Amino acid sequence: MAYFQVDKLVKYFGGLAAVNGVSFEVAQGEIFGLIGPNGSGKTTTFNMISGYHRPTSGKVFFQGREIHRLPTHKICHLGIGRTFQVVKPLGRMTVLDNVIAAAYSRVSTHHKAREEALRAIEFCGLMPVKDVLAKSLPIAGRKRLEITRAMATQPKLLLLDETAAGLNPTELVEAIDLIQKIRANGTTIIIIEHIMHVIMTISDRIHAINFGQTIAEGTPKKVAANQAVIEAYLGTDYA
Amino acid sequence: MKKNLLPILLLAVLAAVPLVLQDNYYLHLLILFLMWVVIGSAWNLIAGYTGQVSFGDAAFFGCGAYTAGLLATHFGVSTWWGLALGGFTAVAVGLPFGWICFRMRGAYFALATLALNEVLRHGATIAEGFTGGMVGILIMPSFVSKIPYYYIALALAAASLASLQWVVRSKPGYYFVSIREDQDAAESLGIDTHLYKMLSLAYAAFWTGMAGALYMNYMGFIDPHVVFNLHDISIMAILVGIVGGVGTVYGPAVGAFVMVTVQEMFRSGFFGLFKWLGAVSGSDSLVRVAAVLTQAHVLGFGLLVVVVILFLPNGIVGDWPKIRKRVFRLDAGA
Amino acid sequence: MDVFLQTLVAGVLKGGLYALIGIGMTLIMGVMGIINLAHGQLMMLAMYVTFVLNTMGVDPYFSLFVAMPLLFLLGVGLQKFLLNPLIKADTILPENQVLMTVGIGMALTEIVRFGFTSDYKYITTTYSNETFFLGKISFSMALTIAFGIAIAFTVAMFFFLIKTDLGRSIRATAQDKDAATLMGVNTGRITVITFGLGSALVAAAGCLLAPVYYIFPDLGGPFTAKAFIITILGGLGSTVGAIFGGVTLGLAESMGATYFGMEYEDIIGLTIFVLVLLFLPGGFKRLTKV
Ligand SMILES: Nc1ncnc2c1ncn2[C@@H]1O[C@H](COP(=O)(O)OP(=O)(O)OP(=O)(O)O)[C@@H](O)[C@H]1O
Ligand SMILES: [Mg+2]
Repeated sequence: MAYFQVDKLVKYFGGLAAVNGVSFEVAQGEIFGLIGPNGSGKTTTFNMISGYHRPTSGKVFFQGREIHRLPTHKICHLGIGRTFQVVKPLGRMTVLDNVIAAAYSRVSTHHKAREEALRAIEFCGLMPVKDVLAKSLPIAGRKRLEITRAMATQPKLLLLDETAAGLNPTELVEAIDLIQKIRANGTTIIIIEHIMHVIMTISDRIHAINFGQTIAEGTPKKVAANQAVIEAYLGTDYA
Repeated sequence: MKKNLLPILLLAVLAAVPLVLQDNYYLHLLILFLMWVVIGSAWNLIAGYTGQVSFGDAAFFGCGAYTAGLLATHFGVSTWWGLALGGFTAVAVGLPFGWICFRMRGAYFALATLALNEVLRHGATIAEGFTGGMVGILIMPSFVSKIPYYYIALALAAASLASLQWVVRSKPGYYFVSIREDQDAAESLGIDTHLYKMLSLAYAAFWTGMAGALYMNYMGFIDPHVVFNLHDISIMAILVGIVGGVGTVYGPAVGAFVMVTVQEMFRSGFFGLFKWLGAVSGSDSLVRVAAVLTQAHVLGFGLLVVVVILFLPNGIVGDWPKIRKRVFRLDAGA
Repeated sequence: MDVFLQTLVAGVLKGGLYALIGIGMTLIMGVMGIINLAHGQLMMLAMYVTFVLNTMGVDPYFSLFVAMPLLFLLGVGLQKFLLNPLIKADTILPENQVLMTVGIGMALTEIVRFGFTSDYKYITTTYSNETFFLGKISFSMALTIAFGIAIAFTVAMFFFLIKTDLGRSIRATAQDKDAATLMGVNTGRITVITFGLGSALVAAAGCLLAPVYYIFPDLGGPFTAKAFIITILGGLGSTVGAIFGGVTLGLAESMGATYFGMEYEDIIGLTIFVLVLLFLPGGFKRLTKV
């Protein structure tokens, strides 16, 4: 059985099928890209994996275990971390305290939590702003805080939801570096990204969806050449 | 350690007070002040730290008070047993309540606490055979002097502040604040938000119940209207919490001091100032003002809620930078 | 059977008034996402307006034309100067606005107490105690008229919300404030108008209730509770729901009074609240959105 697997996931919001039968497998150590036009159901897929939404039907397996009925916090403890597309900083806490709160998921003393948090902050390069209130960070900082916090929960699998959106070119390069560093660290990654050259350069494999359904899967090259993907992104006129 | 110096010093001063000050009136006010420190800190933990605002603290206060009172009237047990048990009764009521309410987010909990207090008040009124109904419960006080009560209240206040300080600096404290700031984020960090909200509520209920039991022991009389009181207990608790400083350890202590003073000011007509002025100047209207003021304490509370929320929503301690800036600018202008 | 029918009629008549109270509350709820805990106090104020006018010889129904505009203005002022400023303020407590309404309610009650003492006041009109019969069932004249007017207001409110631009803007704001702002709705102004409207509607309920009820400063609290229960019963923010909730509460109260005893009236409302809390918590969805 695959390291991580989603099996025929379906999610209805009222009458709308946001996700409609998506299946894929992710191998340990892989960077797996999830792409699709706006509203195609990528974030909803993440929300089902991390327990924010119960799937209408379908299953999610992690390390051979069914996890789609578990609450969010349990999924975190199993080793799946996530970031939010719409960032959710703990605004009136400092960056350090944000990350300490996350580190407490693995340790119980304040001393250890602080140590772990500082390590994650160092790793993700937030040291210079560690005593700043999270709400006063600029967007790039907030995106990075999302990753740092997720890293402090020591995930085996990390779900990144558009962590590169809204960054300037320099920040973008830094973000890519960071993601590669995280993978080198042994963490498996599923990444949602709109910026094509980012996703194409860092993913090992890519899964494309549209209207909640799979339209292509394979190596970046193969997916980029896929007719359905081109149509989904550019519209039929350009195809 | 240096950080703890001021509180310890304050504690020492407060412990020495009865040696110099034996005036019953001031001791009474100080006992009330200490009781409100306990209640305000408890409210602050659930509302200020965890972000789950309770509008019905009187429910837990009343649970504690009635536990002490009922033990005495039905079993002849010393009401002091109620002090310990009162806290646990409040927890026993609070936990199932929280379990139900915390399934939903937002203002749900706040409004449900209001209802809980109403349910208990009606319950205590209707169950006449058990609670004495409207007549209430009257017990013989254990001590004639106020000094023992003072020390018991001081011990409770000190213990509640120490426990609060400990809690907010450890894992639960971080979890509480995380929940307040963003529940989704908190969940993603492995925080069982439902469980931790319940823990926070249990803590708040426990200390509020203890304060209720202390009230029963000290005042010797309770009835449903006195303890399950929206204005005098629930709103007062909120004011104590807000005026001092939401989400700060010592804020509610400041708030308790301010609010007990304000309450007494209304009750006594500005400590008899108007009466005195009236007597000195021989003006009738000033005496009438004094009489009106004593009746106006609820109005004062209402206006205070409005003014505080409008101008000092994070309290004296929480908004201290803002206050300082204002005052400072005023200085610079002068 | 007659007793049952009589109770049913009494409950429905009362329910009409409750619906009016509930609609005001639910409008405010929908647009601002907060429970107005001064709602009953606003009604109490309208009752005193009616009372004062009555001492000058004005008929309670005619005082609708005074009390409603007055309360509308008061509501507008409260929203504009006390509630809206809180939206922008950076505060830790999310329930500051609700807390503010509690403060407003307390202040209103006490100000009225200053003016009129805690004594019960009555408005006696020629029709206060008049009844007529349909078969064996008696109808209170005043309550029947009140019911009729309440229905008229409710229907008018519906047309206003559905047919007029302003009404549509209010509904848009209630559905999605951000989206409404993007579409060019001045949501700040909408909240102000809505609070005014909600206050005017509950003022109408106050005027209609005045001839058949006793008037005292503390009646605000229980009626806030009723309004609250009605809105929860009907699903928060739903106008149709408020009517449904109002009639249900009216029926439940009069059934309770007939079959259990008068002293259980308040308990019935609370019981409904607890039952909804236990078995229908989804009704609160609107609250959590904001
Ligand atoms: N909680 C929700 N309730 C109702 N509908 C929802 C909810 N969340 C998402 N949707 C709808 O489901 C569909 C898929 O949304 P989703 O956020 O998964 O898209 P996405 O692929 O992440 O898009 P984007 O690239 O814009 O982030 C959209 O039509 C969206 O409006
Ligand atoms: Mg998305």
